[in-house]
Amino acid sequence: METIAIPAINMSVIAPEMILSVVAMALLLINVFVKNEQKGYLGYLSIAGILVTLYSLTIGWGAPQDGFSGSVVQDNFAIFFKGIFLVSAAMSILITDQYLQREGCNQGEVYPLMLFATVGMMLMASGTDLMTIFLGLEVLSVSLYVLAGFNRGSIRSNEAGLKYFLLGAFSTGFLLYGMALTYGATGTTKVVKIAAAAQSGMVSSNLMLVAGMLLMATGFAFKVAAAPFHMWTPDVYEGAPTPITAFMSVGPKAAGFAAFLRVLLVALPVFKAEWSSLLWVLAVLTMTVGNITALYQQNIKRMLAYSSIAHAGYILVGFTAGNAVGTSGILFYMLSYAFMNIGAFAVIILVGKKGEENNNLADYAGFGYKHPALGVAMCVFLFSLAGIPPAAGFVGKFYLFSGAIQAGYIWLAIIGVLNSAASVYYYLRVMIYMYFKEPTEDFNWVRLSPAFIICLIIAIAGVMIPGVVPGTILELAQKAILM
Amino acid sequence: MVSLHSYLILSAILFSIGTIGVLTRRNAIVIFMCIEMMLNAVNLTFIALSKYLGNLDGQIFVFFVMTVAAAEAAVGLALMIAFFKNRESIDVEDLNLMKW
Amino acid sequence: METLFFSIVAAIAILMSILVIRCKNPINSALSLIMTFFCLATLYVMLEAPFMAAIQVIVYAGAIMVLIVFVIMLLNIRTESGRRTQHALFLGAATGLFLLFQTWYFLSRSSLTGAKGAIDSAAIAKVGHTELIGQSLFTEFLLPFEITSILLLAAIVGAVVLAKKKV
Repeated sequence: METIAIPAINMSVIAPEMILSVVAMALLLINVFVKNEQKGYLGYLSIAGILVTLYSLTIGWGAPQDGFSGSVVQDNFAIFFKGIFLVSAAMSILITDQYLQREGCNQGEVYPLMLFATVGMMLMASGTDLMTIFLGLEVLSVSLYVLAGFNRGSIRSNEAGLKYFLLGAFSTGFLLYGMALTYGATGTTKVVKIAAAAQSGMVSSNLMLVAGMLLMATGFAFKVAAAPFHMWTPDVYEGAPTPITAFMSVGPKAAGFAAFLRVLLVALPVFKAEWSSLLWVLAVLTMTVGNITALYQQNIKRMLAYSSIAHAGYILVGFTAGNAVGTSGILFYMLSYAFMNIGAFAVIILVGKKGEENNNLADYAGFGYKHPALGVAMCVFLFSLAGIPPAAGFVGKFYLFSGAIQAGYIWLAIIGVLNSAASVYYYLRVMIYMYFKEPTEDFNWVRLSPAFIICLIIAIAGVMIPGVVPGTILELAQKAILM
Repeated sequence: MVSLHSYLILSAILFSIGTIGVLTRRNAIVIFMCIEMMLNAVNLTFIALSKYLGNLDGQIFVFFVMTVAAAEAAVGLALMIAFFKNRESIDVEDLNLMKW
Repeated sequence: METLFFSIVAAIAILMSILVIRCKNPINSALSLIMTFFCLATLYVMLEAPFMAAIQVIVYAGAIMVLIVFVIMLLNIRTESGRRTQHALFLGAATGLFLLFQTWYFLSRSSLTGAKGAIDSAAIAKVGHTELIGQSLFTEFLLPFEITSILLLAAIVGAVVLAKKKV
């Protein structure tokens, strides 16, 4: 019996994931000894862990390295996206404790589960093997199924968890079938080797590879909730606990886009013409469906769910462009989207109270006068979501649409701008309710804990600063793209 | 000697039957069983391709797909139990609290 | 001879899978699915992957299906009380058939163009299938193997959190 030669293990490639996993496991142990009222401390500990992980990321910038026989890579692209995931996780954790205590489901396991989901996202962003991408996706998804159904007493949360589970497992089937056919056509699952194999004429004309690419695109489209695969996503966003919705609206989308970008740009550049046309259709459908249905929503959580579908459509515009400007626009937009979306959800949590989530637009009547600071914060986030200067949302959209124009997709950019203009209506409608309607409530239950203040300040900074001086983040994004 | 195409067509048939099952059944557990069938069809594709390509990557992938299926089964059935405690049914037509 | 055996097993597998989606009683669906898994395990043995066949029976038919049958009996699920709307049935069947015809078309017109590797029947017979998988799993695919441990941990924690009695 011969011994197996274990290969040299390069720990620094997966250092961020390792640190975060260890923190999550430590939290699982500490959770046993923490009393029910003090579970908030677990949140602060997890944020400390996230800060340590962020620091370990900054060390690796600019020096790409790969490890584990080409399964993972730590390049600028991965580091940028991991930064987005960690920031969104930290902001979501900050707003979790108050909400869960209010709803009575303050179990401590929510923090380790959110950290495990973040680990899954980080593996998706840095995976260069279809297996690593798939496993990262599954770690993320399994944690999110549980988190969506976390509020066991609420029927809506149960329903959201079950719907998310069925939809997620179904889409995993498609993604896997695509990976299987890609493996069959090229003989390998490593992204770089797929590209090498696909260059040769015999393989690129192989219909199996085309079928595999189409099925993988379908699977990824399910995961990022592009139309027409967005069926149950708004229900999931509406039913899940609001801080979890905030987490879900940013992280998994960004992770799905990161993995999708890597697969398309690195593995299948030979099919660029084909997938550009496919993504063109997806982008137009997604933007239009997202914006039009958002116009009819009276429930603000549902409205933000449809708006996040529309934002995925804008990002698909950047995908379709496929050039340097478009891709760096995607990275910039994802970062600013994280700040503005989680900020908006933070305000939504504050407006609600136990037993009555106050999610309808009419419940916001007069809110701007009772709590002026929060009203201004919400306005900042709404402006950014609508793409009005000088917020970061405008800069991001500008770059995405410029990329499309540069690549020759003029009509796509026009449709994008029209959609963006239409979206102003439903974002500003919230402002109208906040400032121009008579208040029917006192809003005296709004309690600004320090965690919320920190989260809102970070969100506002993240929205305003890149909007006014986008240079630094844009430079980082340009250094981080894969071409 | 059975050709590769026979295996691929068989797995395509199983995958499609699974998809039809997911879209047409009402009982959440039966939907989950059809999803498992889809994953098994993919497993068959992987192993058939692995044999005819002469490398083991496909079989290792199947190893991980089985692990994932087990993890998803645990979580999915726990979600169904939690749903059932509140609603006394796992009919997906009852997943109707949130509509347009 | 081998083709005949393959046709029989494939026919049984397809028949059982159709039963899965057509039976009214969930227990009948579960039993048909177990039979499908056994047919697939037989096919894996035919494809010279006996270790995968063993795991298929142990994990899928032995663990996952037992869990599903257990939950069906725990929740005491009777037969389905109605049918889905005509629209849903039609759309579902149409999507499935479309998918089938598309994949059939693509797969019949494609060929195996990937680079051929070194593991063939002779190599498997020499060293043993399990050892080959072990070598591959612990050297080239070490990281995915370790990620599955995190996956299983998250799944266990999640399942307990969702289903335990006292909050």
